Amino acid sequence: MPGITREEVAHLARLARLELKDEELDHFATQLDDIIGAVARVSEVADQDVPPTSHPLPLTNVMRPDEVRPSLTPEQALSGAPAQEQQRFKVPQILGEE
Amino acid sequence: MTVTDLVSYEDALAAYDPVMGLEVHVELGTKTKMFCGCSTALGADANAQTCPTCLGLPGSLPVVNATGVESAIKIGLALNCTIADWCRFARKNYFYPDMPKNFQTSQYDEPIAFDGYLDVQLEDGEVFRVHIERAHMEEDTGKSTHVGGATGRIHGARHSLLDYNRAGIPLIEIVTKPIEGAGERAPEVAKAYVAELRELIKALGVSEARMEQGQMRCDVNLSLRPNGTEKFGTRSETKNVNSLRSVERAARFEIQRHAAVLSSGGKIVQETRHFHEEDGSTTPGRIKEEAEDYRYFPEPDLVPVAPSREWVEELRATLPELPRVRRNRLREEWGVSEHDMQSILNAGAVDLIVATVEAGADAAAARKWWMGELARRANEDGVELAALPITPVQVARVAELVAKGDLNDKLARQVIEGVLAGEGDPDTVVEKRGLKVVSDEGALGTAVDEAIAANAAIADKIRGGKVAAAGALVGAVMKATRGQADAARVRELILEKLGVEG
Repeated sequence: MPGITREEVAHLARLARLELKDEELDHFATQLDDIIGAVARVSEVADQDVPPTSHPLPLTNVMRPDEVRPSLTPEQALSGAPAQEQQRFKVPQILGEE
Repeated sequence: MTVTDLVSYEDALAAYDPVMGLEVHVELGTKTKMFCGCSTALGADANAQTCPTCLGLPGSLPVVNATGVESAIKIGLALNCTIADWCRFARKNYFYPDMPKNFQTSQYDEPIAFDGYLDVQLEDGEVFRVHIERAHMEEDTGKSTHVGGATGRIHGARHSLLDYNRAGIPLIEIVTKPIEGAGERAPEVAKAYVAELRELIKALGVSEARMEQGQMRCDVNLSLRPNGTEKFGTRSETKNVNSLRSVERAARFEIQRHAAVLSSGGKIVQETRHFHEEDGSTTPGRIKEEAEDYRYFPEPDLVPVAPSREWVEELRATLPELPRVRRNRLREEWGVSEHDMQSILNAGAVDLIVATVEAGADAAAARKWWMGELARRANEDGVELAALPITPVQVARVAELVAKGDLNDKLARQVIEGVLAGEGDPDTVVEKRGLKVVSDEGALGTAVDEAIAANAAIADKIRGGKVAAAGALVGAVMKATRGQADAARVRELILEKLGVEG
């Protein structure tokens, strides 16, 4: 049975830059394991002849012509930013990067 | 900075065999981004070219740029790849503020083009086949400016500022298969490959591929294995090597560094490394994340791309002559050596010479002016040859005036100088500066007579058969006419008047 371990949850939390306390890791690991187990039941009924579905509609090649459309103004673009400086989004430095 | 141990290049190659993998990102020259209609024009104000889609705002939906897909297919075809008949985009998840969506839309195990090759020609003419693993579609990231830091501002708060104008610009990532068997020529092959790829991209018209502007960027993966063994060693990945010269230097440096580590019994760490232009060295970056850490999954918001075979064949029919084939053809037509052709290519003069020849000049003259006087001027002014304010048509006209005998080389240089100084077309400059060759035989004859009279001793030598001495008299006439005489005609006249066969 597929599932998820506490270590895997801790690893994913780090990748997602989420700080989880020990008890949260326990809590989420159990919950996520249940969820994955429930979803995995789909494969019990889907046999080899049912390919994994990423796109439910049989559509392909939806494309647009290479034509410029109006952008937001910088003010609009930045209107939801928690912090800004020099007309740019201001973010905390990510540790471990140059 | 700590000094990295290196062994000499020769010693490294005596013991180890380099294997390379090159990843090149090409920014396409489309008018709009890959998944939204924001402009890609350079030089806009920060964050003036964004929209809900490229900012990753909730509820926005991407739609793929048809020209982006078309360009990807063209690149794939030019690289002799198979074009997928069905492929999907994938989300490459990572948390870094250069992508506001927290993922980059890319392709994972279903690239649009795969299994190809590119033949590259080394400077001595040897052809080396580089096999292509894949070419896939993705998008560029935003531009970060890091502020503060240890030596930064008073408050010392380290933070970054993000401009998302570049986020979403179409990229094609082209990945080679492991390049084996290049041996000591590996760095040269790496450089030649990137150079050839750049020419190809330009010839296809899908990007200007200016490396200095970041429109084309290269990552150099390199590992060493002991000579005579098969198994690849651990590789390092040197990121963002952004000039042809740097590609060669980075490969060379890594060969020497790896060899030093391995021969002292150490282990290569699989990591990304940064290249330093100043001294050609590399330093460690982050330890490479594993592919599974990106948690790729099919992009649900973009439907699969399934290029019809008709479309693919239509695009194949539009492919231009491959740059290497074209260069070899021109090299033969122009009658120049491999080495000269390489210089012409490096100088960015191929298309200029072609255009000058098309405008009526002969190839030798076109090459002479572009690779001589004009290359020197471009170099002095620190601009590209093509950026000089003179057109191939104007150069062809100068060459024509020289061929007709209206100008000699010295005067022609003055005409070119005038054109570059904005004085007008060659004919206008000739007119304004009074630069016609003195072809009035009477005036020329007088000047020749005077020169003979003033240099009796030399004239006697010539009469006595020392024809080479005529040069001194030619010089005197040229001086008297302030360079406006046709030197060959002057020489003829001198010999004629002295009764000597030329």
